[in-house]
Amino acid sequence: MKPFGYVRVASVEEATEAFAAHPGARYLGGGTNLVDLMKLGVERPAVLVDVSRLPLDAVEELDDGSLRVGAAVRNSDLAAHPLVRDRYPVLSQALLAGASGQLRNAATTGGNLLQRTRCPYFQDTAKPCNKREPGQGCGAREGVHRDHAVLGHSEQCIATHPSDMAVALAALDARVELLDERGARSVPAAEFHRLPGDRPERDTVIRPGELITSVVLPAATAWLPSAYRKARDRASYAFALASVAVVLRVADGRVAHAGIAFGALAHRPWRAARAEEALVGGPATPDAFAHAVGLELAAARPLRDNGYKVPLARNIAVDVLTRLASAEAP
Amino acid sequence: MGSENDDGAAHDGASAPPAEQRTATTLRINAERHTLDLDHRRVLLDVLREDLDLTGAKKGCDHGQCGACTVLVDGRRVNSCLLLAVALDGCEVTTVEGLAGEGEELHPLQRAFLDRDAFQCGYCTPGQICSAVGALAEAAAGHPSHVTGPATPSGRPVPLDPDEIRERLSGNLCRCGAYPRIVEAVEDVVVP
Repeated sequence: MKPFGYVRVASVEEATEAFAAHPGARYLGGGTNLVDLMKLGVERPAVLVDVSRLPLDAVEELDDGSLRVGAAVRNSDLAAHPLVRDRYPVLSQALLAGASGQLRNAATTGGNLLQRTRCPYFQDTAKPCNKREPGQGCGAREGVHRDHAVLGHSEQCIATHPSDMAVALAALDARVELLDERGARSVPAAEFHRLPGDRPERDTVIRPGELITSVVLPAATAWLPSAYRKARDRASYAFALASVAVVLRVADGRVAHAGIAFGALAHRPWRAARAEEALVGGPATPDAFAHAVGLELAAARPLRDNGYKVPLARNIAVDVLTRLASAEAP
Repeated sequence: MGSENDDGAAHDGASAPPAEQRTATTLRINAERHTLDLDHRRVLLDVLREDLDLTGAKKGCDHGQCGACTVLVDGRRVNSCLLLAVALDGCEVTTVEGLAGEGEELHPLQRAFLDRDAFQCGYCTPGQICSAVGALAEAAAGHPSHVTGPATPSGRPVPLDPDEIRERLSGNLCRCGAYPRIVEAVEDVVVP
């Protein structure tokens, strides 16, 4: 590991100032991914600005009924929070489907969003990767890519985003609040991560030095029936092969609200806008769910060895929609 | 990979990096206070094992994938291989060596692992035990798991059956495959 400086800051203003003052800085949250990537030589920061102890560790209800989650709230605490479990079950379920008890105790809300792909070519500095070294080429496209993207990938990059939490946030219409020396802004969680295009080194729309301060869960999706389903190679402690987060409101047998996002299919949580549009106003039946999900996944372009992801994603999505519609526990 | 050598070389006078790459850090480990001048690159696991001779926490994968390095920081179980020690200034660390009470009294989980013969080679055992200590505290504090039923009320202790124990300890791998006995040992402590 390359030697680096270390700065602990006490406020968000100090954090953004410290980042600006130190070329090659990185923010340190729980470190569960960053420290690992430093050991692998993938990340080589000159200075770490430790934001893990900033006063961003609260889950608070705002006047409009939304819930603000501080960026330093640990994944385990967020999953266990009664307001989250009761109002946004899909988020609690997604968090608990990810990583292990130890990792969830360390990992933060902001860090979870900013974790990097687990593509083995990205994590191995001896292999070509356009995300790690732009212009190097992609080893995965013709290599081992069973876990890789089927939607929205590019010639440059076929990596997937590994977060479970981010998939739930996308389906819930959550927003990500950001701060830098130019001020504060807020972006929809579903648009926070980007598709690779010809800039695969950029995972998100965050600007250099910008700090995630919180995630806001809207009042509009609180209390709606919701669930997360994750398909993986073993029963626990594995990344998704395909996952789905669903937020669904049915009234008089018709779909009144649908928020659907897929995980492990693309470079970002894949908000299924086409399926949602096809569903809203129509009947809440298994046939309608299968039709709508099929419309969404018609855009899939599987690679040589990951075609299985398309029917897998379709089946888990239709199943979760059907169970939520019939008010069964999914 | 290779980080053991990189880290190990760093706390020696001859190869010491400049001052701005080291920081005096105070850790309270098993109720004893230690102030150490630490190279920022060093992770808690290496500090415990190499500087303090606390070799209970084991280096398995060194990447947060196996759980052999599990210790408790401020009472919460964590992978010590992924924690930069400098970032833990002021924290309370408990390793497997610190679980037992005064004298010869073992922690109930240590006793249960012995009684159930819940290991073969024993390499993962300190991590399994520290992880189980953390998992029991989490369940008592009302933390759900992936297998907790959606109807379980929020904010109340979660009862632990074998499925819950297996899920909650999934971050600790045992290559000998002692899992059935590990689950039994933890069950013994949950349901005395």
